[in-house]
Amino acid sequence: MATRQTHILGRILVAPSIVLLFLWMIVPLGMTIWFSLLRYSLLDPGSESFVGLLNYQYFLTDPAFFTALANTLVLVGAVLAITVVGGVLIALLMDQPIFGRGIVRLMVIAPFFVMPTVSALVWKNLLMHPVSGLFAWVSKLFGLTPVDWFTDYPLLAIILIVSWQWLPFATLILLTALQSFDEEQKEAAQMDGTPPLAFFFLMILPHLARAITVVILIETIFLLSVFAEILVTTGGGPGLATTNIAFLVYAQALLQYDIGGASAGGIVAVVLANIVAIFLVRLVGKNLDA
Amino acid sequence: MGKIELVGVEKTFGHVGVIKGVDLQVEDGEFVVFVGPSGCGKSTLLRLIAGLEDTTGGRILIDGVDVSDTPPAKRGLSMVFQSYALYPHMSVRSNIGFGLRMAGVPKEERNRKVEAAAAVLNLTAYLDRRPGQLSGGQRQRVAIGRAIVREPKAFLFDEPLSNLDAALRVNMRLEIARLQNSLGTTAIYVTHDQIEAMTLADKIVVLNAGKIEQVGSPLELYDHPANLFVAGFIGSPKMNLVSGAAARKHGAATIGVRPEHVSTSPTIGEWEGVVSVAEHVGSDTFLYVTVPDIGDITVRAVGELALKPGAKVFLTPDISRIHRFDRDGNAVRN
Amino acid sequence: MARRITTTRRITVTAAGWLVGFLIFFPILWMVLTSFKTELDAFSTPPQFLFFHWTTENYAIVQTRSDYVHHAMNSIILALGSTLVCLVVGIPAAWSMAFAPTERTRQTLLWMLSTKMMPAVGVLIPIYLLFRDTGLLDTHVGLIFIEFMANLPIVIWMLYTYFKEIPKDILEAARMDGATIGKELVFVLAPMAVPGIASTVLLNIILAWNEAFWTLNLTTVSAAPLTAFIASYSSPEGLFWAKLSAASTLAIAPILVLGWFSQKQLVRGLTFGAVK
Repeated sequence: MATRQTHILGRILVAPSIVLLFLWMIVPLGMTIWFSLLRYSLLDPGSESFVGLLNYQYFLTDPAFFTALANTLVLVGAVLAITVVGGVLIALLMDQPIFGRGIVRLMVIAPFFVMPTVSALVWKNLLMHPVSGLFAWVSKLFGLTPVDWFTDYPLLAIILIVSWQWLPFATLILLTALQSFDEEQKEAAQMDGTPPLAFFFLMILPHLARAITVVILIETIFLLSVFAEILVTTGGGPGLATTNIAFLVYAQALLQYDIGGASAGGIVAVVLANIVAIFLVRLVGKNLDA
Repeated sequence: MGKIELVGVEKTFGHVGVIKGVDLQVEDGEFVVFVGPSGCGKSTLLRLIAGLEDTTGGRILIDGVDVSDTPPAKRGLSMVFQSYALYPHMSVRSNIGFGLRMAGVPKEERNRKVEAAAAVLNLTAYLDRRPGQLSGGQRQRVAIGRAIVREPKAFLFDEPLSNLDAALRVNMRLEIARLQNSLGTTAIYVTHDQIEAMTLADKIVVLNAGKIEQVGSPLELYDHPANLFVAGFIGSPKMNLVSGAAARKHGAATIGVRPEHVSTSPTIGEWEGVVSVAEHVGSDTFLYVTVPDIGDITVRAVGELALKPGAKVFLTPDISRIHRFDRDGNAVRN
Repeated sequence: MARRITTTRRITVTAAGWLVGFLIFFPILWMVLTSFKTELDAFSTPPQFLFFHWTTENYAIVQTRSDYVHHAMNSIILALGSTLVCLVVGIPAAWSMAFAPTERTRQTLLWMLSTKMMPAVGVLIPIYLLFRDTGLLDTHVGLIFIEFMANLPIVIWMLYTYFKEIPKDILEAARMDGATIGKELVFVLAPMAVPGIASTVLLNIILAWNEAFWTLNLTTVSAAPLTAFIASYSSPEGLFWAKLSAASTLAIAPILVLGWFSQKQLVRGLTFGAVK
């Protein structure tokens, strides 16, 4: 609701963003789709030929794809489970009258600000190293054999690292949502004599439902393309044990120089992400009206 | 000079007509009040005059010049917003002086004018404070200061008193009236409060559903409402409106009689009813009387009247003060 | 207010809270401690917690090694550069959508958000090839452009939610006071939006600083920021732990500080205003 003048100006001002984002989205995506239909290898430039959906056929029937897909889903699912459950519990704790709550809060959210390559290397070398890592020492204290994380449980190791990075995110958002819980509702529940567990499941959890959904959706978007943590710790291995779709595409393109096949993989990743994105956009859109 | 003319002004949002063809003449120095129920389009009409919205049709003239396509800044009007809309990051001085600064008035002259305005509004002591440190009434004064300092052709007030408490509202109302009187500047004032309209206006414009129902002085509207809507809207408590047989007796589809034009008697009268509520406010007594076949009638009696709920009472409307309306709701002139 | 809280409860939750906080923070703490050890101490078993030979030599070495400074500079250039471009393009867009909305504004906002959902890996190949062919690989300009595009939707969204909170009346009052759109932006909107713009800047710096997909794939040496520099420590074993820790500590310290300052606004930015 404003005058024509401001409307025209508004359009002019918003145009650069729209044009740039549109190009940013459509040009590379179009190229990826085009490449995915070609036989195209960087090792043999100039020999591109149209092969239709052959790349998809290869990519989708390649056992590596299924391993990568399974790894992706396990990684996303496990990290989500850990961070949401952990996040709710920690947020509940942080909402209590803790002495020095501000400092505790700072400690809890810190990992989120650590760049992925740093957290991956710190965990790999300082904590999970089978000989000199701190975990190995702790195991020995209890008379256990140290775990060689990246050999025996490589995917679990990655899951732990990524969970550590995202736990603060979940906690922070859930805590924010928790703090908007109506104090009077809490008091009304007290007057009603609601036991704590019932209070949690009947009042708190429904109140957090939206925030949890947001956490799940946003984390999923990011977790679908976990990359740096894998690159610097396992390089996708051993074998394909820690290769997710993002890493598989990277390996196919920049290590095997198979542009066509990698592009097909990229499109598969886009499709997967879009399934989640639809839900997220809808949720945010609903919120926009409120 | 500040003569404002509206010629066939229309405004639609999407497909919804909000202002449906308004013609109006505001004379220089006049205090005009737009009044009407919420959603009647009175604020939109004010914003159209201000230039904060574009008209969909018709013309707006200020001193004979068509300003329909002129941006707000160039119309030479100033506006007092309902929320005051003070700049929170500026001192009172900068708030009042902002318009002058935008107009490129040199600093010394600006200061002189701001201080003069502040003196008029009792704001001198607060010139270096931020709006956040002021009370509601003081903020309101700053908003008014911001409006007068630019010496506009007209002031536009958009429900300026609705955020104040009742006592302050009466004070500010007086102050606005006094100020406008002494400055002699045209003013257009939007309110949904008909008391404000009655007390402030030289001319009241009653709006309903995007159209003007009636234009006139407060007493014209009170004594000669042009239709049922105005009759029901102006006056408090509301005019009693009666239709059916009782109205036909007076040769109208509906008759209206104001509460103070109904006399009571314990023994004889035109309508017989039962008191349901009696409100004693000291100077007056308001009786709500249920009359069979007619409905609830409000009566305003001077002084104390010892009638309890449940008491039987006879009512007689003052025949010379009855308003008659035809089937379309328009007043029947005798 | 609610009833008084019992002391026992307070002590229990305080102990639990500090324990959880400590455990979560521990990897960072351990990294910082290791950065002050000699390489030999860093590698020793049993690990040394506090009573080791404290030294700052790792920092000295890391600082004097020209490549650390070089990569740190790259990170700064990347973070600040992309943030600046984001603001220049994003502020007008957010202004437009907040104060001159049309029927399509809502859809535009959601569409912008959806561009953020595109997995980077889906467009890696064309971007890589385009960059290779235009000589943008491993350049500041190329990387700033990528981070700018990646973060623009978030910046616009954040600014939009902040601008929406500024009463429209005040901007209209400025317009009545004779301010042009430019003056309205400079004298009225910008000063009122400073907190919002500041937190947007902080979030953007954090995101750009830590971004590790494009920086790893599109840089080698000359434009590589700290993310890529740290990644180069991944191959050598053992002997470089203390130096890795020192370099890592330096790499995350500024962002940790910024992040701590902006934690409240972060929630809004990262959830696109869905949780405030």
